[in-house]
Amino acid sequence: MLALAVHNLVKTYPNGMQALRGVDLEVSAGDFFALLGPNGAGKTTLIGIITSLVTKTSGEVQVFGHSIDTDLAQAKSSIGVVPQEININYWETVMNIVTTQAGFYGMGAREARLRAEECLRQLQLWDRRADIGRNLSGGMKRRLMIARALMHRPPLLILDEPTAGVDIEIRRSMWEFLREINAAGTTIILTTHYLEEAEMLCRNVAIINHGRIIEQGRMGDVLHELQAETFVLNLREAVAVMPVLPGYAATRIGDHEIEVEVTRGQDLNDMFAALSAAGLHVTSMRNKANRLEELFIHLTGQESQAAGEVRP
Amino acid sequence: MATQLVALRTLVRKECNRVFRIWLQTILPPAMTTGLYFLIFGNLIGRRIGQMDGLDYAQYIAPGLIMMQVVTNSYGNVVSSFFSAKMQRHLEEMLVAPMADWAIILGHAAGGMVRGLAVAVAVTVVAMLFTHIYVTHLLVTLSVVALTAFVFSLGGLINAILAKNFDDVSIIPSFILAPLSYLGGVFYSISILPEFAQHLSRINPILYMVNAFRYGMLGVSDIDIAFAYGIILAFAGGLFAICLVLIRRGTGIRS
Repeated sequence: MLALAVHNLVKTYPNGMQALRGVDLEVSAGDFFALLGPNGAGKTTLIGIITSLVTKTSGEVQVFGHSIDTDLAQAKSSIGVVPQEININYWETVMNIVTTQAGFYGMGAREARLRAEECLRQLQLWDRRADIGRNLSGGMKRRLMIARALMHRPPLLILDEPTAGVDIEIRRSMWEFLREINAAGTTIILTTHYLEEAEMLCRNVAIINHGRIIEQGRMGDVLHELQAETFVLNLREAVAVMPVLPGYAATRIGDHEIEVEVTRGQDLNDMFAALSAAGLHVTSMRNKANRLEELFIHLTGQESQAAGEVRP
Repeated sequence: MATQLVALRTLVRKECNRVFRIWLQTILPPAMTTGLYFLIFGNLIGRRIGQMDGLDYAQYIAPGLIMMQVVTNSYGNVVSSFFSAKMQRHLEEMLVAPMADWAIILGHAAGGMVRGLAVAVAVTVVAMLFTHIYVTHLLVTLSVVALTAFVFSLGGLINAILAKNFDDVSIIPSFILAPLSYLGGVFYSISILPEFAQHLSRINPILYMVNAFRYGMLGVSDIDIAFAYGIILAFAGGLFAICLVLIRRGTGIRS
């Protein structure tokens, strides 16, 4: 079953800006799905249309089979959304924020209080339930928005950059929590600029640029399209000049550091053999960039070149 | 329907909590201002004016002053609540939920009405310190004050929906509501005006509300009560319809 089906979705704003140019997207129920794209690519507009905060120009959206044109209430009931920008009422208490949201979805006050305890405990906010929104830290506000989105037990959770500006410890606990609720059956759509986050959490991915989906598929299959990876190697002995490594593009970065590009079809054993032959001893290595990040830059860069864009 | 009623009740509770949480801003100032009106216009100047429509001047202006505060506060409550929710974006909590448009409208209007009625009670208590007031027709008094609060709550909602910045939410109260209130028969009977001014006054909807309320309290009015009800109900229906159209279209709240 599809949690989300988007067909030929177009959005043109009144100022003429075409934010979406015929987006087709399918997300299966139970998936953990990454929607990636550079700033201004159309991610937030797409999420806005799905959650009915933005009106579409044309096209179709269905959430668990409920069309937003003919069955909007059911479609809305199936979604929980965590927006990119903090949008909590700063003067309400944490408890009031989440119980009020539940009430808007038709949940009675008694049930809402019980559910609030469950959600706030899960997001480690129960001790702060009497605090007003204004007094929470940035990470707490983000977690509060997740708790609020989950109050009505939506089968589809959409998170628009939920970990932006959140420290690594809280980010890791959020990842853990999202994995748990996904394992329990909640479909998750995640947009993020932390591509290692998307690679680690998501099973499927779509990349959007200039209002169009330019790549979509299983994370592994999409990453397989990566033509080359760059590794940064630390050397035991200093090198003054980069020796030639037959078959590999290598660059000296510092006395003890070099970069080697390994293209598809080449393997690491051959690279190490070439390094050994050149008298270089490697003490440690790492990817220069996350694999998804490399692919992302490659794909969006291609798009920009095709569109004749000049990047500043 | 049950879902919508729960959602409506939630919004009403949220709006009422807001009114009473910040009572120093919502309830107390109108009571203070009205006290000053009674002190200056009712007692000091009113003694020199004498009687109006057979009543002490302080007594005569009491219903108008109560109504003026109901108009201003029910309008202001919805404008500030809805507009700040729009600016802080927590209005989205409601927009992403399966809440019916009518529930969003009625929930906000209820908040405005509660503040309007709470202010009416506070102002009435203040008025009783300065003059003898009584209720001649209880049902008329209650229904007119409630309907008036409803009408101006809807007006405030329309203002907040269309407003794009803070100037937009202060222009109408300052340049339209205040003049209409002062010229709506709060301080005088229109019978003392020249004929031309009397006709002009009749295009002011607040005149009908003030007079219907004065009739309910003191039993005197410049206007036919049935006609006043007709005007108030027409405004309530018309403004509710405008709110529905605006929210359905997403004007000012959806991009």
